[in-house]
Amino acid sequence: MIEIDLAGSSVTALNQRLHQLTLRTDQRYWRVLNPNGAHAIAVGLTEPVHVEIKGHVGYYCAGMNAAATIVVDGHAGTGLAENIMSGSVHVRGNASQSAAASGRGGLVVIEGDASARCGISMKGVAIVVAGSVGHMSAFMGQTGTLVVCGDAGQDLGDSIYEAEIFVAGTVASLGSDCVEKEMTQAGVEHVAALLDRAAVTADATRFRCYGSARRLYNFHIDHAAEY
Amino acid sequence: MCGIVGLFFKRGTATPDLGPLLAGMLSQMAERGPDSTGFALYGDAGPEGAFKATLHAPDKEYDWAVLEAELGAAFPLPGLARHYGSHAVFTLCAEAERLFAWLARHHPELDTFGFGERIEVFKDVGLPDAVAQRFDLGHRCGTHALGHTRMATESAVTTEHSHPFSTGVDLCLVHNGSLSNHNQLRRSLRREGIRFMTDNDTEVAAGYLTWRLRQGMNLTQALKAALVDFDGFYALAVGTRDGFAILRDPIACKPAVLAETDDWVAMATEYRAIATLPGAATAEILEPQPATVYSWQRQ
Repeated sequence: MIEIDLAGSSVTALNQRLHQLTLRTDQRYWRVLNPNGAHAIAVGLTEPVHVEIKGHVGYYCAGMNAAATIVVDGHAGTGLAENIMSGSVHVRGNASQSAAASGRGGLVVIEGDASARCGISMKGVAIVVAGSVGHMSAFMGQTGTLVVCGDAGQDLGDSIYEAEIFVAGTVASLGSDCVEKEMTQAGVEHVAALLDRAAVTADATRFRCYGSARRLYNFHIDHAAEY
Repeated sequence: MCGIVGLFFKRGTATPDLGPLLAGMLSQMAERGPDSTGFALYGDAGPEGAFKATLHAPDKEYDWAVLEAELGAAFPLPGLARHYGSHAVFTLCAEAERLFAWLARHHPELDTFGFGERIEVFKDVGLPDAVAQRFDLGHRCGTHALGHTRMATESAVTTEHSHPFSTGVDLCLVHNGSLSNHNQLRRSLRREGIRFMTDNDTEVAAGYLTWRLRQGMNLTQALKAALVDFDGFYALAVGTRDGFAILRDPIACKPAVLAETDDWVAMATEYRAIATLPGAATAEILEPQPATVYSWQRQ
């Protein structure tokens, strides 16, 4: 276990050390102390290393992650795991706006709540939120899955493409072209598998499924007001 | 961009911790607003009937002693003035309108940045560490304070355009965002008798709250009304004589974090400003909901 204390070391120095790691590195376990809300901690990791951050992080933590496992033992600021490619990012507290924005793959787990625009423009990432999500979550989501064990704010799934949304609680309102869909057995199994991967306890049969009505794919004069 | 911070001690008298803690919070927001820095401090009230006026002169070498003598001839001055270069704080027994009329007649070169029983307002062009040092923030006491680092978007980079803006007795406001309908609001507020010193949008927001409070609304009601009347995006922190409030626009365009312990409430644009406070690591932390008024009154 390598311990880096950000009270006496810069984020740049930490990230440079993490970027220099190779696939067969023996420096696989890292602990970061005193993040104190600093931005861009552990961004752009490309190797399967494990980084645990003890405290609250600022913006863009774990952005562009590929292969690494990153755990935030605290809350996360705006843009957590933005554009995540693979690997996993796990937050024990809450996450601010735009968590997992444009994520292309991997798993993002938020044990608390995520605020507005969680999963905005998601492109393949799997997101499991044990709490609730704010307004406009999964906005323009293209592929991937958003699982919300609590409630969803207004305009859920606005202008959604083929991302799938599962919500156990209430949905304040659905966004343009987002509709409730039938919860199939395959859907229940998909949610159960993601909950299992995320180590979040919830009853997969209680979730409802939301997705695209596909009315915005091509211009249609009858839907002009919705574009 | 812009960075805003607020720190509110829930009980007790003015503490010497306030100044250094606010300076530390502001320092963290330097990158969000390198154009100018400002802060409002709520200290202990003076003698019965006394108000504090924070005056600003365009000249750093302004002869405040001469002004103190002139003011002393016009109004009772129960306390000595304090000078900080371009700013000075006078304690005097005078209603706001009488003082403003006297200043307009005798010293039109001076601006009143803050007026009230407890408020003092300081602001200037420059980075937060430099501005804090200029106004001796590290040695200032109080019960609550607001601060702002500005990245200008809609009006000039000058001392006068810096935040906080105070348009009413003991009321001030800092703002991260931009209002689209401030010209229209300013015109209607002028008709209601609210005075403006600049073309800045945030000053309009402060003037709007002054007007609503004058109508008899409390701070929470005034902020709820602002949700209807403000067009734009904003995170606002508001200070009153004994209160502190926060509001974000309905789509929460601008970031904000709140932290609360048994002793204090803090608000900042980013958590790293709050992280500098004692007890931050174990404070309850939340992101204020959009279109929701959060307010506290001192016990």
